[in-house]
Amino acid sequence: MNWMPAFPELVLAICGLIILVVGAFLKKTESFVPVSALTIAALVGTAFLVCGSADGVGLGHLFINDNFARFLKLLILTGGILATVVAMGYVREGGDLPFETPVLMLFSTLGAMLMASSGNLITLFVGLELSSLSIYILCAIERERLKAAEAGLKYFILGSLASGLLLYGISLVYGYAGTMEYPALTSILMASGLLPVGLVIGIVFIIVGLAFKLSAVPFHMWTPDVYQGAPTPVTAFMAGAPKFAAFALLIRIMAGPFGMLAPRWQLLLVVISALSMLFGSLAAIPQTDIKRLMAYSSIGHMGYAMMGLASASGAGIRGTLVYLSAYLVMNAGVFAGIAAMRRQGHEVTKIRDLAGLGQTNPAMALTMTVFMFSMIGVPPMAGFFGKFMVFAAAWNAGLTGLLIVGGVSALIGAYYYLRVVKIMYFDAPEGSFDRPAPSLTFVSASMGVATVLYVVGLGVITSAADAAASALIG
Amino acid sequence: MTPALEQIGQVPFLIVSAVLLVLGVFGIFLNRKNIIIIMMSMELILLSANLNFVVFSAVHGDLSGQVMTLFVLTIAAAEAAIGLAILTVYFRNRGSIQVEDVTMMKG
Repeated sequence: MNWMPAFPELVLAICGLIILVVGAFLKKTESFVPVSALTIAALVGTAFLVCGSADGVGLGHLFINDNFARFLKLLILTGGILATVVAMGYVREGGDLPFETPVLMLFSTLGAMLMASSGNLITLFVGLELSSLSIYILCAIERERLKAAEAGLKYFILGSLASGLLLYGISLVYGYAGTMEYPALTSILMASGLLPVGLVIGIVFIIVGLAFKLSAVPFHMWTPDVYQGAPTPVTAFMAGAPKFAAFALLIRIMAGPFGMLAPRWQLLLVVISALSMLFGSLAAIPQTDIKRLMAYSSIGHMGYAMMGLASASGAGIRGTLVYLSAYLVMNAGVFAGIAAMRRQGHEVTKIRDLAGLGQTNPAMALTMTVFMFSMIGVPPMAGFFGKFMVFAAAWNAGLTGLLIVGGVSALIGAYYYLRVVKIMYFDAPEGSFDRPAPSLTFVSASMGVATVLYVVGLGVITSAADAAASALIG
Repeated sequence: MTPALEQIGQVPFLIVSAVLLVLGVFGIFLNRKNIIIIMMSMELILLSANLNFVVFSAVHGDLSGQVMTLFVLTIAAAEAAIGLAILTVYFRNRGSIQVEDVTMMKG
């Protein structure tokens, strides 16, 4: 039993348990900040362990560590760290969130990391559930607020339905192949060559379950409500780590065991991607709540990222990975900005509340503008390079229809992003926000710099994404 | 494949599990009354997949299906506990667990 490839995960799991006990011994009103600090320390330490972890297959083929897993685990960990920092800045003295919040984020990050390096359908399902169950609790963690409870309930019901369908799909694939290990699945599918109906249904169910976790259309209906109702740091977390993990699974399964069936599943992914992009940009137009707006925006972004995978090529997977890294940067920044929207201690989330921000808080208005331009895909911001790579991959794969839909929805998307910028700079101010907590300022400022100077790190990220894609496709 | 299973064949089992799955999915979407019924339907879906795993495990003579069943049972228990906890929180705030009352946020 070789457990060394899973060393970072084991360390993180033990750290999580210890932090939970530490939090239980601290005084209730003072426990949030120290527990968050410990969580951040554990996540940062794990990120270093992931960087130095050995390649290999461990725990009896349950667990794979390769360049692909490492790339996505670093994205997931960064997402987890940034969300925890946002949570630290979001909570005021006395605390509206209990200390379990950062610990649950840690466990959800752990589940997401397991998903990224699953080598077996069992690991896939257990990791997915560890990640989702933590998020169900996180959504409803503000127990006194009706909207949070409703968000938790909605996410729980639809999320478990998706997990159930995914599980049924796994059972059908297992029934056909007689194994759940990816390498064995690959060779059995390769050898038989034919495609029974049961297997196709199984694959479709698996794609449906994962598309749900990605909030891709037509499995998106939970997203706006849950994003709006959940506490802002939880929304920031949900929009990051679990999405990367779901993409990790989707890419690993589609490029690995089901790789030779690409012509069969490609059309399905093209349709999901096109619908997500179009719906994400059209449905965002009438929104008045900034968190709801970001929900539709993330539906659209998942569509763009899926465009790379729908191209079914190494360059496409690389494009998806670069897109996800750019999405991580701008998404964390925007949510740090949203968490800083407070008047007299009360959170406000209407887009109108941003009016006149250019006069009352020019620095925050500037960073938000940077993120909005990056989400549109204006060069030289981060979002541009992600969009460029997936569009190039789709062009090379000959997916002209998907390209047209992508271009049109990027144009429509520009309208609602620019509307936010217009409200910030050209509308009369309605009173200023409270002074944001230092950690929120830190996240928005650092992510703003990262978004603008993304091109500096582009070479490193692209070559890492290249190595990750070639670890799967070879 | 065990002799008893050989006599019956796997098809009846698969039909039962498919029926359970359909019942579960329709229980979630057609039910307009109580959220507890939705939770029962979710258990049905998980159990239908479990039945599949056990049958296929016997057919293939491969143990991993049964291992998966044990994992799924554990996860289903955790999921039910979390679901009921969230439902309790919701009931305290709203005073109702009717499906049609879960409509605070829309648009």
